[in-house]
Amino acid sequence: MHPVHSPLLALVIGLPLLGAVVLGLATAIAARRGKALRTQVVNAIGVGSVAGSAVLAWVLFAQLMGMDEHSRVLNQHLFDWIHVGDLKVNFGLWLDPLSAVMLLIITNVGALIHLYSVGYMKGDSGYSRFFCYLNLFIFSMLCLVLGDNLVVLFLGWEGVGLCSYLLIGFWYEDRANAKAGKKAFITNRVGDFGFVLGMLLLFMVFGSLEPAVINAALAEGLPRGVEPWMVEAAALLLFVGACGKSAQIPLYIWLPDAMAGPTPVSALIHAATMVTAGVYMIARLNGLYFHAEFASEVILYIGAATALLAATIGLVQNDIKKVLAYSTVSQLGFMFVAMGAGAYAIGIFHLMTHAFFKACLFLGSGSVIMAMHHEQDMRFYGGLKKFMPITHGTFLAASLAIAGFPLMAGFMSKDEILWWAFASERGSTVAWALVVLAAFCTAFYMFRIMWMTFWGEHRGVPEGHGHHGDDHHGDDHHSDPQESPWTVTVPLLVLGALSVVGGFLSIPPLFTGGEAIHFSLHHWLHPVMANSEVHVREALHHNHALEWGLMGLSTAVALGSIGLTWLLWGGGKDKLRDIFAEKVPALHKVLWNKWYVDELYEITLIGPIVRFSREVLWRIVDEVLVDGLVNGVASFCKHLADKVGRLQDGDVGRYATVMMAGMLALVLFLASSGLW
Amino acid sequence: MPLEHLLVVAFVLFAIGGAGVLARRNILIVMMSIELMLNAVNLVFVAFARSLADNGAHVMVMMIFVVAAVEIAIGMAIVVNMYRQRQSIGADAFRIMRG
Repeated sequence: MHPVHSPLLALVIGLPLLGAVVLGLATAIAARRGKALRTQVVNAIGVGSVAGSAVLAWVLFAQLMGMDEHSRVLNQHLFDWIHVGDLKVNFGLWLDPLSAVMLLIITNVGALIHLYSVGYMKGDSGYSRFFCYLNLFIFSMLCLVLGDNLVVLFLGWEGVGLCSYLLIGFWYEDRANAKAGKKAFITNRVGDFGFVLGMLLLFMVFGSLEPAVINAALAEGLPRGVEPWMVEAAALLLFVGACGKSAQIPLYIWLPDAMAGPTPVSALIHAATMVTAGVYMIARLNGLYFHAEFASEVILYIGAATALLAATIGLVQNDIKKVLAYSTVSQLGFMFVAMGAGAYAIGIFHLMTHAFFKACLFLGSGSVIMAMHHEQDMRFYGGLKKFMPITHGTFLAASLAIAGFPLMAGFMSKDEILWWAFASERGSTVAWALVVLAAFCTAFYMFRIMWMTFWGEHRGVPEGHGHHGDDHHGDDHHSDPQESPWTVTVPLLVLGALSVVGGFLSIPPLFTGGEAIHFSLHHWLHPVMANSEVHVREALHHNHALEWGLMGLSTAVALGSIGLTWLLWGGGKDKLRDIFAEKVPALHKVLWNKWYVDELYEITLIGPIVRFSREVLWRIVDEVLVDGLVNGVASFCKHLADKVGRLQDGDVGRYATVMMAGMLALVLFLASSGLW
Repeated sequence: MPLEHLLVVAFVLFAIGGAGVLARRNILIVMMSIELMLNAVNLVFVAFARSLADNGAHVMVMMIFVVAAVEIAIGMAIVVNMYRQRQSIGADAFRIMRG
């Protein structure tokens, strides 16, 4: 394979970086003069840079399309980065069909969300700072997906983590937001520790950090000198990193809190792009994970468990963004199930459809939150359908997609995941059952949102409630909710449409009678994953009846779940009645408190670490040992100086005498010792 | 002229200078004595340069000239200032400069 050099790659990541640098400097300079940048200027730079990237991404995509399908790679070597001994790390970019999919998602969904932010962040005092961070995020994310080696990928990995931290705590005057940012950052550190160890192990074993080299080395089975445990260990360590970034058990706890950030951030970073980095990383290293069967099994079960756990918590939350956050954790679990089952292309497919419908859902919730003057509690919503028809329509489309309504985007990808979880050589019935249950919960909590938010009677926010001190759009409280401006509704319409038709980018072979479709995502990704094909179990080969049956089952699950919400909240029934709290109060309490996982971490990990830090590290190591050493040296010198200083009493004659005596003694000593 | 004679003259000059530094209280005389010692050293350098036929020593002599000039310039500045402050240029005047 001879990659073709393409200078456009540098431009595609350079534009957002340029935007971030220009906006950052201009904001700082303007702030010194006590001014803010003009909104039009910020829009032109902030949105323009990402839109430019999006256009370039399509150009690059077209260029890839025009190449022979087995050698679709564009690359660019930017500069030599680290050359030490055997370690050679270059800053190089690498565009193959897999990173092209990610590139298109990131730049296009990113551009839509930038446009949306123009409406959402209007009038915010940190307007230009927001776009600076957002551009920096796009740059980091593009480094992550386009880097031709794991070090550049890791640079992006940390970069998106930084931007996530900055944007979660964007309204940092509120202590809770700052704390949420810190929680996200620290939880990710735990995962990154594993990621770095995994990288080191890969370098020791393969002598390279380039995924292309590693995958090629594993193309014909394990090379000589590579033991299976090395591959398993590297795969597991890297997965620890993925657990942090992509919010899987046990490191998922930061994502729901990350909703403290502005809603466009939740849509872009904490739903569509950054949190899928772990899934992308596994797909990137599919050769490694193909040979790591045990690690794949771990991933399968962790993904399935996360999918169900998060979905159950989502069932009872009242904060609209909290529900969507747990939904994201759950959907990421689905993607990892696909990765664990060896269906790498399917995982990426779900990543893509999820980017469409989840971004649409978050942006829709943002639109609702704006209309409700920053009230996020769904108990004060209701009946918004008649005030916000566009938001309602797109939200409904995206909800149907995620719930798995037949032929919508989410149905296509989720159904494939369920099939692979069941039928793959690496699948298992237990994992399959867990994700089917999770799918049931998904449809349930989504339509609970629909009923509580858009349908029925409008309840409204009672007097004296709803001011959280973040009233950025302070206007009168008593008018009816209004539909959002065009900058908000256009992205909603585009993403809503994609939620409906996005699934047809990869039509399951079942629908076409087993014939491969030439123009599909699966086909497109095939060259990248050709050497890592996990097959359907022998006994289930060509068992179309079973496949149709399972598809019917998952459709029935989705429809049944939607029907159940109609029974509970539909018609003229009380939309606030909490059926869980009435029938099974104990279960409701557990779910409401998120399975007490945060409390568990507090008791077992955070509490002891904080106490140890305070009582031992601070009081003893720092105050006694470190401070004692530093202060001891200082006071020793001071006392010595007090004594020696007396010798200098100003008697110049004696100085001369002592000096001469000393010189004489030196001369005599050297002359007599024979050293001279 | 044999080397020894030159060395003896240089030694005598150095000793006179050293005695002056140690014995005199007037700081101007002390500084003149220091000059005397430096020039004794210069004389040794020149004597050896001639006897060993090596002109390298002249470099050191030039350097000592410069150092001596600088030292006198700074020293005189201090002495003038001290005289303005204390109306004295005895070594005892410097007793105020102590640690």
